[in-house]
Amino acid sequence: MSEMWGDAVDASTISTGGAPAAPVPAQARGPHTITRGERVRGGDQSGDAPYLEVSNLTVAFPTADGIVRAVQDLSYNLRLGQTLAVVGESGSGKSVSSMAIMGLHDPKSTRMRGSIRLGGREIVGMPQDELRHQRGRVAAMIFQDPQSSLHPFFTIGKQITEAYLTHNNVSTRAARKRAVDMLGLVGIPNAARRLDDYPHQFSGGMRQRVMIAMALVNDPKLLIADEPTTALDVTVQAQILDLIQDLQRDFGSAVLFITHDLGVVAEIADDVLVMYAGRAVEHGTVKDILGSPLHPYTWGLLESIPAVSGDPTRLHPIPGTPPSLLNLPAGCSFHPRCEFRKRVPDDLCKTELPDLAPRTDDPARLSRCHLANPDHVFADDILPRLP
Amino acid sequence: MIMYILRRIASAISVIVVTIIASFCLFYLAPTDPAGVVCGPRCTPARYEEIARSMHLDEPILTQIGGYLQGLVVGRTYTSGGITIECSAPCLGYSYQLGQPVTKLLGNALPVTISIVFGSAIAYVLVGLMAGTFAARRRGTLLDRGLVAGTLTIGSVPYFVVALVASLYIPLYIRIIPDAQWTPITDNPIKWFSGLLLPWMILGIVNSASYTRYSRASMIESLSEDYVRTARAKGISERRVVYKHGMRAALTPIATIFGLDVAFALTGAIFTESIFGLPGLGLVTLRAFNQYDLPVLMGGVLIGVVVLVLMNLLVDLLYTVLDPRVRLV
Repeated sequence: MSEMWGDAVDASTISTGGAPAAPVPAQARGPHTITRGERVRGGDQSGDAPYLEVSNLTVAFPTADGIVRAVQDLSYNLRLGQTLAVVGESGSGKSVSSMAIMGLHDPKSTRMRGSIRLGGREIVGMPQDELRHQRGRVAAMIFQDPQSSLHPFFTIGKQITEAYLTHNNVSTRAARKRAVDMLGLVGIPNAARRLDDYPHQFSGGMRQRVMIAMALVNDPKLLIADEPTTALDVTVQAQILDLIQDLQRDFGSAVLFITHDLGVVAEIADDVLVMYAGRAVEHGTVKDILGSPLHPYTWGLLESIPAVSGDPTRLHPIPGTPPSLLNLPAGCSFHPRCEFRKRVPDDLCKTELPDLAPRTDDPARLSRCHLANPDHVFADDILPRLP
Repeated sequence: MIMYILRRIASAISVIVVTIIASFCLFYLAPTDPAGVVCGPRCTPARYEEIARSMHLDEPILTQIGGYLQGLVVGRTYTSGGITIECSAPCLGYSYQLGQPVTKLLGNALPVTISIVFGSAIAYVLVGLMAGTFAARRRGTLLDRGLVAGTLTIGSVPYFVVALVASLYIPLYIRIIPDAQWTPITDNPIKWFSGLLLPWMILGIVNSASYTRYSRASMIESLSEDYVRTARAKGISERRVVYKHGMRAALTPIATIFGLDVAFALTGAIFTESIFGLPGLGLVTLRAFNQYDLPVLMGGVLIGVVVLVLMNLLVDLLYTVLDPRVRLV
């Protein structure tokens, strides 16, 4: 399996590195054309095998104050061509889990258990040197703030070609050509001339496009976008989201989209995973999660979206603050902030951690809650309060 | 850019002129008697007056300053005992004590100081950067703590104590390092090198301690930047992440301190030169100070100001090279 992916990547990178186009489907987009070799395109064509399989992942950081349990028992799958949005407050473990997929945690200060299989290869416990060859080639990442994520002292051309040259044995000239093509692809005007500009000479949205170009330069099959629109203007946000969607369609890659913005989720995701205090609390399709959510935390998230139309009403923030990962509450981590725990008998929420259980009528829908009939509670109590 | 440099040079000249006037005034406000020192114990009033006149000490202070500045720019003439001496620009006058032109005295001393300062600077900035980076990558470990403790110990002992102890013990235990001694590089490069090895080592040890700390702090900061994480996410080697992406960003603050440190050291490594008897700027000005040798002292001050002003300008220009975001207007 792993050899197969390796070959596919090599074929695609050679054909895009300036060599004659491969005989297989060439895709054109806009005035800049990038040809790619044969590859699996879209989740529907790749069969049922997920490209990314996270199972029982636990990430903990031992510190002087105790063990920070950032991610606990996290499992999900992601197929090529599919977008999974991971939603949660800061400290919910969404970034930590994605950094684990990239192998970016320092093994000396991190304890990882469970399994992350990426294209059939196990990431957890992989030697650093091997991991390095995966990073940026098989999976690439876009970060939140393009202002601080691009090196201020190097031109964008240098930064993009460096990413390409790390994984491809080509000349600097071929790498520069590839960089220009990528910049054109992400919609940077005059790409060839802007290659030798520094990041500060670009606007915020353009910088994020540069980040995306850099992430996609090696044609990765998994793109992790860690709140890529949080630091941008709303109008620019929409453009960047469109761009990521377009590129995903063209490249057929899997996208792991980390965000706390449910509006963004509605626009981009196929599936949604809601995380709270390091654990998945709800998992399902975007339609299910936004249309009929089953977990009180998701209800809280939906309620705290301000209404644009209608009567101005007060916002309904979730009471309290997220718990410290050093000292998680017993039972359900969310119970101190949950307004429905009285409806669960025997104070079960305080004593017992609910399982992330599938619903009887729909095994693809998972929720971690003791409430017996959450859809009734949602319909009766929450729905009338939503804008 | 050119306008910027011209403006900086103009302001540099005004700084230099103000410094000359200020040091002249300071010297004359202090109870000094250079003519008396030259005249010696068996001095007659007539002889005293003649000496004072040849030194222009009888003129009002403003005239003296004017004469000095004139000498700097166009040269001036001296008359002493009926003999007229032409002193061409830039004329810094004649030493009261040694009777030699100050330009020649300082010209001999400058290579000594420059050799000491740059030789040690190259050593300590490299050692400091490496040790600081080493510690930054192992932040919080025993090695890191030991290194920081060591640099703090060296840093908290007065420099002359470290220098004296080291100058006594290093040649004693490391036999291949000879005693300090000045040989011009043009005479014998090998002797020049071996004679300066000891002062280089001592200045190197002391300064690399502080540069280790600067570099450590700067590297810790830059290695925690988002763009270093981006570099790691690209899959480039850890060495490249640290030494290219991390160090590149950490260099800017270190370059600033380094430029000013070197500038200050160039005005005279007084302790080092005194301990080893190396005839550099520091030693020459120190002797001039003790003997009321105004022209030599003024010359030393002048070199100091020029070096400081120039190095400041150089550091600012270096910024534009180091940090593309900085533009000088």
